[in-house]
Amino acid sequence: MTHAGPVEPDAPAHPGEDDAVTTKRLSKTYAGGFAAVDGVDLAVRRGEIFGLLGPNGAGKTTTIGMLTTRVVPTGGSAVVNGVDVVAAPARAKQQIGVVPQTNTLDRSLSVWENLYFHGRYFGMGAAEARERADTLLDRFHLAEKARQRTDTLSGGMAQRLMVARALLHQPAVLFLDEPTTGLDPQSRIALWDLLHAFHAEGQTILLTTHYMEEADHLCERVAVMDAGRILALGPPAELKASVDADGVVRVSAEGDLPDLAARLADVDGVGHVDTDEAEVRVWASDAAALLPALMSAAGGSRARVTGVRVSEPTLESVFIALTGRELRE
Amino acid sequence: MTAVRFDVRSARRAGAAAFWALLLRDLRVVTKERGRFLIRTVSQPLLLVFVFTYVLPSIGRDFGGFDGEGSFTDILVPGVLAIAILIKGIQAVALPLVQEFGYTREIEDRVMSPLPVWAVATEKIVAGAGQGLLAAAIVAPIVALVPAEPLQIQISWPALVAVLVLAPILSSALGLVLGTYVEPDNVPMMFSVVILPVTFLGATYFPWSELGDIRWLQIAILANPLVYIAEGFRFALTPQFPHMPPAAILAAMLAFTAGTSWLGIRGFRRRVLS
Repeated sequence: MTHAGPVEPDAPAHPGEDDAVTTKRLSKTYAGGFAAVDGVDLAVRRGEIFGLLGPNGAGKTTTIGMLTTRVVPTGGSAVVNGVDVVAAPARAKQQIGVVPQTNTLDRSLSVWENLYFHGRYFGMGAAEARERADTLLDRFHLAEKARQRTDTLSGGMAQRLMVARALLHQPAVLFLDEPTTGLDPQSRIALWDLLHAFHAEGQTILLTTHYMEEADHLCERVAVMDAGRILALGPPAELKASVDADGVVRVSAEGDLPDLAARLADVDGVGHVDTDEAEVRVWASDAAALLPALMSAAGGSRARVTGVRVSEPTLESVFIALTGRELRE
Repeated sequence: MTAVRFDVRSARRAGAAAFWALLLRDLRVVTKERGRFLIRTVSQPLLLVFVFTYVLPSIGRDFGGFDGEGSFTDILVPGVLAIAILIKGIQAVALPLVQEFGYTREIEDRVMSPLPVWAVATEKIVAGAGQGLLAAAIVAPIVALVPAEPLQIQISWPALVAVLVLAPILSSALGLVLGTYVEPDNVPMMFSVVILPVTFLGATYFPWSELGDIRWLQIAILANPLVYIAEGFRFALTPQFPHMPPAAILAAMLAFTAGTSWLGIRGFRRRVLS
């Protein structure tokens, strides 16, 4: 051993494994018996954008934590790009780029240096790291901020820089934990566009979200998680078709909305009704077919209907169908 | 990155490259903050040396040396060097870590570098030790030039080299222990409860062996790692004054270095993994 660098024991590789991420019965039970993740089986294909959708506390972050070597599983196995993350965490880290939930930029370094040193950590020479840093700053529209301190960045810019940093070493899998939580709508769309672009170039992406629009818009396949388990897994369209999920009729109205909601709830075939100040939402398996019945029920109400809109089933309705609860807190 | 080779040698190379890059990052940060680095390194030693070895002797209030030999300057200088290294270890490792493990979590990117977590912690110790050595180099001319009376130094080079290797590692590892076990809210307490007692009772203002009349204190401060650093410098620079047996100093420094390193790396792993 002439170059004694840090090393860990040789771990079994999985050369036959073609998926980018595979977990088998992956579990994490914390001291005290709380099972944050309870036997999760996943297979994320190469080049795929895969979403873990679920409410806060569903076990999404713990699952990502295990796949990114930070949470030690109490059961099952996890393999990322052929590397067992438990047996060979340092080698697993070579395969992955990670964007955590909070801003973890290095505040002692400038925007550009955050990228440059990240490249050096991953074994790039000075020239290569410099070039990659410049390229990614351009691509993420941060070039004019290069010399600035990271605490001068807006939330959306900081998030873009974290994604740029995670992609700098061209990881086999990019992990994003709740990537757009706390971002304004414009920054959210800008980030979605960037992720779409990298996906188009073949980047495998695994993200968690509790926004069903995000899962629907961004992900090719979605695993719906709740209480540490996967309840359903598939492309958003299939999920919506398979679980007999409800469509939504949004009835905008003025006046006595609770009265309107009560009348609509009595219509045959209506699953679930909720209301806010301006509209009543009616969830039903074949929403469009119920429209005539709903309108005649609304006619007898003390509220005045001002508009009606029918939407297809959403992942939100999938979640309600699976758990009986809403996705949002 | 489609064809990745998973052999141990490439993993070791990647780990070594990451370790080196982490050192470069820390060097960059120190270079950037060189003004602050200098002020934080110099202020306490300069004040100590200025007041005790220049002001007091100049107004006839010198504490004097021991048994009519030498001056207080000769007692204080090894202690000041020891304090400079110890404080730098804490400044360089503990204070940034408390912040990095706090709400900013900015250690994250370095922890996700392709090397084992223990190696990231080890890098912290190495970078902190480098800064400790630099602190000693900055403080040495001050303690040589400021005192009113000339120093009576008889350098033992092997001993000095041994102390200059071990003391910065020990101090930096102690910084890692404090940085991983102390919560951000408790940093002010850390100064009152750990750093002040350690520096005041670290055989810095008196040789340990002269404490025979206060036996309980002489025994109690054996738990203070600064005692061995100060006594090590005392043996290496001013062997004509009382000091602990060199073998005992060396053994204790090695033991403290191993113990704090083990505890610090363990603390780091516990903060990073769950």
